[in-house]
Amino acid sequence: MNAERIKELQIAASDIRKMALEAVYSAGAGHPGGSLSVADILAYLYLEEMNVDPKDPKNPDRDRFVLSKGHCSPALYGALAEKGFIPKEDIKGFRNINSYLQGHPDMKGVPGVDMSTGSLGQGISAACGMAKAAKLDNKDYRVYTVLGDGEIEEGQVWEAAMFAAHYQLDNLTAFLDFNGLQIDGDITKVMNPCPIDEKFKAFNWNVITIDAHNFEEIEKAVNEAKTVKGKPTIIIAKSTKGKGVSFMEGQAAWHGAAPNQEQYEQAIAELNDYIASVGGAK
Amino acid sequence: MAYTIGEKVATREAYGKALVEFGNNENIVVLDADLSKSTKTDGFKKTYPERFINMGIAEGNMMATAAGLATCGKTVFASSFAMFAAGRAFEQIRNSIAYPKLNVKIGATHAGISVGEDGASHQCLEDIGIMRTIPNMIILNPADAVESRLAVKAAIEHNGPVYLRFGRLAVPTIFGDDYKFEIGKGVMLEDGTDVTIVATGLMVPAALDAKKILAEEGISARVVNIHTIKPIDRDIIAKAAKETGALVTAEEHNIIGGLGSAVAEVLAEECPVPLKRVGTQDVFGRSGKPAALLEMYGLDAKTIAEKAKEAIAKKNA
Repeated sequence: MNAERIKELQIAASDIRKMALEAVYSAGAGHPGGSLSVADILAYLYLEEMNVDPKDPKNPDRDRFVLSKGHCSPALYGALAEKGFIPKEDIKGFRNINSYLQGHPDMKGVPGVDMSTGSLGQGISAACGMAKAAKLDNKDYRVYTVLGDGEIEEGQVWEAAMFAAHYQLDNLTAFLDFNGLQIDGDITKVMNPCPIDEKFKAFNWNVITIDAHNFEEIEKAVNEAKTVKGKPTIIIAKSTKGKGVSFMEGQAAWHGAAPNQEQYEQAIAELNDYIASVGGAK
Repeated sequence: MAYTIGEKVATREAYGKALVEFGNNENIVVLDADLSKSTKTDGFKKTYPERFINMGIAEGNMMATAAGLATCGKTVFASSFAMFAAGRAFEQIRNSIAYPKLNVKIGATHAGISVGEDGASHQCLEDIGIMRTIPNMIILNPADAVESRLAVKAAIEHNGPVYLRFGRLAVPTIFGDDYKFEIGKGVMLEDGTDVTIVATGLMVPAALDAKKILAEEGISARVVNIHTIKPIDRDIIAKAAKETGALVTAEEHNIIGGLGSAVAEVLAEECPVPLKRVGTQDVFGRSGKPAALLEMYGLDAKTIAEKAKEAIAKKNA
């Protein structure tokens, strides 16, 4: 990936962050912290990696994406809008009774959403089912999913982890958005799931650890996963909750709270400054 | 696949055989949680090993994985005991299967108290109630092998979630080769004028026996088989209420939440008449021989006949 493309993705990820914040601000509710931490991963997958086409969202040969941490729908909707699956102006309808953009992703209502999620631990299982379906049908599409770090406290994640390794689902790549915070605080204080890498290694996964906000590292990890045979890959992506908005960064309080008008305006201004700093238009 | 009237066959056996019979459909994938010998999905496993997936003892993951397979065009059967399918995996069924209306059939065996010796922990008497509250869910509770086979066929033909309830115990085959099965349509097996027995599952043969007991006392009982608990056939129930004036429900399930509740809801809204409910009376079961348990918990022809007379007595009360 050349420097120009990295800039483009950085700008696109900032646009996704802005849309995620617009969604949460408009709704007066939602999950900004994890949406901001996962934005770069989604930007890379939707804009650089995945074979998906907004004009043909149900193509049976497309790559699949499951947002296992479904509460970060604001970022997913931002990515879908950036890719062209949904109009950007629909974002402000988030969580509104008249909108199709529910609090958590609804595959029946939102073009480009491959699985309804929101109940933690279930998305990765559904992703396993999609990856297994590809194996049954001898298709070469890949399946991507993003787990939250708090989410892996759910036992079902480990049932799915066992399944994916047992059936050698090397067409499955999971990201772990490792921002270290869940609703009640530091994940190591609430219910410590660490060491996460060693746990997945013990479950026979290929494990890669990266910086969630570095596109070169994301690209390298995604490409490595495609070369690994016989094992699913988890990319443990060390991220900053609230990334890109100074007063949200590293604050568990922004897991599920909406900014007020002043905060929203400041957040957008910071993201615009960032876009300008990498050479984009405000 | 022919069954002879009177032949005793467990509905789980008929389920397993039907999966093999209809399994030549390449889209069908069968999942089981380490119970294939008991749920009888092992026949499919032998015939179509490439489309059988053992999930290990992980029912929650099984249901959500089934959902993922279904999003890719598969018709998925996910099997376990009713207790662990409807009970343990309720929320995966609700959120990952029913909410997105995916094409997953839940093949739940070992339902009811007739599980027998395994005891209360394995005797699921709540599954109909649990599944009935979930939008998009169809619930089929076949009475014998013939109906089980047709229920599997209908479930495959229906695009969407279906909960199929099967038993462990061998039960008499009561339907012939010409038996017609349609999802949502109750079947009047015997006509009568004084009372209607509305039965489901293995209580259907007991209801037919109860009709004979009542006939000896000069009481004419109609017998209706409700194989589809949801969507329930409102017309056949309302018609029975209008024409016979009293009803008894009979099910191998808690009287709360199951067929009895479903029928009570229809009666209350369409045609209120006296109703008595035969089923487990909001209690857990225990270990024992299936026949002894069915008698102990009042799931037999004698109890149905008694309750029928109570319902009739209330007509003019």
